Amino acid sequence: MAKIWVYAELDSHGNLEKTSLEILTKARSLGGTVEAVALGPGANAAAGPLGEHGATTVYACEDAVFTDFIGQPAAHVLHNLVQEHKPNLLLFPFTYDARDIAGRLAAKTGSTVMGSVTDLPNDTTAQTQIFGGSTVVDVSLDGPDPKIALIRPKAFDAEPSGGSATTVTVAADVPDDAKMAKRVERIEEEQSGPKLEEAPVIVSGGRGLQDPSNFKLLEELAGAIGNAAVGATRAVVDAGWVPYAMQIGQTGKTVKPKVYLAIGISGATQHIVGMKSSDRIIAINKDPEAPIFQLADLGIVGDALKVVPALTQEVKSRKG
Amino acid sequence: MNVTVCVKQIPDPNQNYELVDGRLKRDVAQSVLDPGDEFGVETALKLTEASGGEVTVVSMGPAKAMEAVRRALSMGAAKGILVTDDALAGADALATATVLAAAIKRNPFDLVICGVESTDGYTGVVPSMLAELLGVPQATFVKHLELDGDTLKIQRQTTRGYDVVTCPLPAVMTVTAGVNEPRYPTFKGIMQAKSKPVEELSLGDLGLSGDDAKATQSVAGVNPAPARGAGEIVADDGSGAAKIADFLKEAKVI
Repeated sequence: MAKIWVYAELDSHGNLEKTSLEILTKARSLGGTVEAVALGPGANAAAGPLGEHGATTVYACEDAVFTDFIGQPAAHVLHNLVQEHKPNLLLFPFTYDARDIAGRLAAKTGSTVMGSVTDLPNDTTAQTQIFGGSTVVDVSLDGPDPKIALIRPKAFDAEPSGGSATTVTVAADVPDDAKMAKRVERIEEEQSGPKLEEAPVIVSGGRGLQDPSNFKLLEELAGAIGNAAVGATRAVVDAGWVPYAMQIGQTGKTVKPKVYLAIGISGATQHIVGMKSSDRIIAINKDPEAPIFQLADLGIVGDALKVVPALTQEVKSRKG
Repeated sequence: MNVTVCVKQIPDPNQNYELVDGRLKRDVAQSVLDPGDEFGVETALKLTEASGGEVTVVSMGPAKAMEAVRRALSMGAAKGILVTDDALAGADALATATVLAAAIKRNPFDLVICGVESTDGYTGVVPSMLAELLGVPQATFVKHLELDGDTLKIQRQTTRGYDVVTCPLPAVMTVTAGVNEPRYPTFKGIMQAKSKPVEELSLGDLGLSGDDAKATQSVAGVNPAPARGAGEIVADDGSGAAKIADFLKEAKVI
């Protein structure tokens, strides 16, 4: 029976990222032993929900060295842990921090690393999607244990199993040469209103909006709908139109709202993988050939700068 | 300072492709320097223009990937290395990092710069593997940087904003597409690039064997994704807004 480990990521406030529970839920379904590792302030508290979602043991360390320095301390301690306990499969969330840690760890252990994983058919196969999500590829993971897979957020639903975990405290024996890239400040650019990851409706904009000032039209529409958040593509975030915190896609957030409005978004793979699991998709784009229309439940071929203000008025009048 | 930039030649992301036996048909594809790598080249050029030193470009791929190396040279890099070897077909992230690290070590470096992720593979773990193999720290997802003596001060992108991170050199750094505006090669730059020194190396030249670069994963199946039901696509004749409002009403979100 395989031993499967889940790397549980803690956010900047020490809270457990929900995606860890999604991954645990899937790991449980693969059979075998499921355990978790949580490193950094908040690790002990995280053991509760990790146990409720199927981890029988949580290797935890509260030391701030894991949040103070990028990648190296976690890779170092994980390396020691995997040598001692020999998990067969190690699952990370596909996040900024985990990519840094997983790459380092794999270079130490010689393990294979599979990124952007959307499903795990079994404990030695990872599934990903290519060509804008139109094609599913099964990848067989070979080479030395632990095989490493980085799982996309929201790939699975988190469901508790009602269990509880034994916490094993791990020592933070991190050498000085692994304390190099130091995080000295965290800047949060969260927008007002509902969070992107939780909003039932997302109004998202791309290059087709032509000018950063036109994002105001999306905010007005989101305001009229109510309980809606505004998102953006990497292209407009990189161009400096809106903050990084609004980015949806491969690099950025993965979202799964009831309704996703893609406005002036062509549908690059980078963006699509972050929103294609939305319940319903509406697209507004001038170009009838835009790939986004292949995903859309409703597509309007037209000028977003005309359709969006009209829609805001329409929504306001219908809500009375 | 001496800066080494890792670049990749990728199939033009603006074309459509197919898989044959689980691998992208690269020979028929029009290939380009990964647009994400141009930001790394630009960053390296800016740093050496400000503080001296030279930029080396390193790549791995088929022989024609030298085009991508030349493109970076035409932007202003001083010299190039391409590792090309039949044994590298199907190489995965760790094999790639192993080869790149061996090639990078041939020249003294203060900084290695990579894109955050390739525009065709998107795995984004090669840079941290490189950092580990080179025994240096990593400054990743950089959207802004300053160099203060031997220390980088960077803004590292996060899902909620960014972190300010300090990192001593030598280091591996990954830059996002927002970090700068890459220059276009000038005519003069293109002409000069033709006579700049480039090396084409095999695994053996790097002291590696096929076993060092053996892939540890393989494609086991390729299938079409479950299709979403065909949607209703209509040209806006003035009623587009009303159609969307009807849809939102039906979805019970207004």
